[in-house]
Amino acid sequence: MRKRIRAWHVAVGALAAAALVVPAVGVSKSHSGLPTSVGAGEGALSLVEWPAYSDKSFAATFEKQTGCKITRKDAGSSNEMFNIMHGGGGGGGGQYDLVSASGDASLRLIYAGDVVPVNVKLIPSWKNFLPAFKSPPHNTVKGVHYGVSLQWGPNTLLYNTAKIKPAPTSWASIYDPKYKGQITVPNNPIQIADAALYLQKTKPALGIKDPYELTKAQLDAAVSLLKQQKSLLKRYWVYASDEIKDFKSGDASIGATWPYQTLTLQAEKVPVKELIPKEGATGWADTWMLAKRAPHPNCAYKWMAYVSTPKVQAQQAYVFGETPVNPKACPFMNKLQPGLCTKYHLNAPASYSRSIRFWKTPIKQCGWGGRNDCMDIQAWDNAWASITG
Amino acid sequence: MAVDAAREAGSLRGARLRISATFWRRPWLKLAVLLIPPVAAFCIIYVSSLGVMLASSFWSTDAFTAAIVHSWTLEQFRTIFNLSDPTYLRIAGRTIGIAAAVTVTDAVLAFPLAFFMAKIAGRRLRALLFVLVLLPLWSSYLVRIYSWTTILSKTGPLNWVLNGLGLPDQHLVYTNAAMWIVFTYVWLPFMVLPIYAAVERIPDSLLEASMDLGGRGLRTFRSVILPIAFPGIVAGSIFTFSLTLGDYITPELVGGPSSSFIGNVVYGQSATNLAFAAAYAMVPVGVMAVYLGIARRLGAFEAI
Repeated sequence: MRKRIRAWHVAVGALAAAALVVPAVGVSKSHSGLPTSVGAGEGALSLVEWPAYSDKSFAATFEKQTGCKITRKDAGSSNEMFNIMHGGGGGGGGQYDLVSASGDASLRLIYAGDVVPVNVKLIPSWKNFLPAFKSPPHNTVKGVHYGVSLQWGPNTLLYNTAKIKPAPTSWASIYDPKYKGQITVPNNPIQIADAALYLQKTKPALGIKDPYELTKAQLDAAVSLLKQQKSLLKRYWVYASDEIKDFKSGDASIGATWPYQTLTLQAEKVPVKELIPKEGATGWADTWMLAKRAPHPNCAYKWMAYVSTPKVQAQQAYVFGETPVNPKACPFMNKLQPGLCTKYHLNAPASYSRSIRFWKTPIKQCGWGGRNDCMDIQAWDNAWASITG
Repeated sequence: MAVDAAREAGSLRGARLRISATFWRRPWLKLAVLLIPPVAAFCIIYVSSLGVMLASSFWSTDAFTAAIVHSWTLEQFRTIFNLSDPTYLRIAGRTIGIAAAVTVTDAVLAFPLAFFMAKIAGRRLRALLFVLVLLPLWSSYLVRIYSWTTILSKTGPLNWVLNGLGLPDQHLVYTNAAMWIVFTYVWLPFMVLPIYAAVERIPDSLLEASMDLGGRGLRTFRSVILPIAFPGIVAGSIFTFSLTLGDYITPELVGGPSSSFIGNVVYGQSATNLAFAAAYAMVPVGVMAVYLGIARRLGAFEAI
């Protein structure tokens, strides 16, 4: 009996070894030039997206116009999005065409070789985009566009006006012991950048130049600030719905948020307000990126062109609670709800979007001073685990 | 025509007879045909993925491209067992500690209920209790966890009841204590059923004999019931312990700022550092191996 068990062990080991060979097989890299025209649609389009990013309210028209039938895979986090695109042999696994990556995933997808350059000349609305979103550093590397910017929004400071008095003006209030047990912030390693942005303004001696390009000493300073903050927190929120729930039940009264939560809470008559504190804010900006092994590239180009048009930009902003990259969407937004354009700051001067430091993946190369010792995303993940763990 | 059909039927019957004769002459062949599909599925799908995970844990991940670097290193395990920065040891300790606390609490809660169901309740009451124990399993696990965040929240039913009794507010939501309560609740049925099965097997005559010999309730419980039912408790504890050990949803939904479990770290790191995620995922595998070894010694597998 014992002997037979040993024989099984050997067989299992051999099988395991055979299975190991599989992930080692990579994808061959062949770079052809950019397409110069969009051909006929392939009849299908497969998206990896944030929930509701191809909402029926505007996707149905696209399907009717182009014949590209959309299938969707919703992702809950940037890490999940990256895993879906990077898995199955990479490049979208030959299954997915486009991914609506946020700035903290987009550079990772570019460097991992999962997405390919896009010819922005085939996107007619691109020339109308806000200047900040034509070639932003989170989706454009050395002048090459890896995708088309879509929507954006700031990470704001949310507070309950009945409980937090006087009204806060600085991010200092989410590090303030006065509000112990009432603070909530997102559970996301990119949150380190919020602490770094605050330190950049309040502790100039640290020499922080970019909240996403931190040296070891600068990262350590942000981590120690966040470790102090932890004892003041009610919780780290994971889903937007969690934060909404906690502000409604009174478990949280102040915290970092997206405009979506603020508007939802205000619509439910919870006394809350949001602001961009005096130190400025971080923000997210999403990009439709084309998978390297996209099975339906023509439908993908048609979709990128479609969602960039003013009317669709306005519809998506309205559904999801975010700001278009195409300012021509403004009148369409006001048609959906009077004042919507101003509410989402689309008609604000360019200085507004410039005051927001958009998410980008931390990498070793510091964009400043030609240094090569900035902390990469792995270091940020580990630091975040050491804070929250 | 008719002759052809008859001949065909005859040859079909002949083939069937030949096959069954072959199986009869070679019993090992019958066994092989029956066993190869499940064993192959088990080895290819389950064991080999565990093998890949084990191997990945000795590799590293390129931070720039997120690609696995296939060169052997102990780097990942050094990060986990780093005594100067015990983050990952602390998280593993918390996970194991809460899993153990949940298991003990469930055993204490489940035993009297299972005993009552097996030995005291009449047939109708027993059926009703079975339905009540299993009823929570009819609804989604997520719904049950979410409803607890409402119960425990600042303005939730718990504080409403406490205030009604003139007691002060409890701030239980988003704490490790909340996780302990929720885990204890969601895994309770998995403890009740094995204990019920074990207690039901105790012949009533043994209990009568114990009492005839002058054993009072407590003595009978300690010397007769508990030793016989113990393998059932251990069997139940395998479920409650392993289910808690592998969970990562409950810490996300009802946990507080210091409530990360092993599963949360594995999920969070799987995108940027797959090798580390694999190494850390080996920790519960190791813990369960030790646990099952002890459970086998205690005779748990005779009670499942």
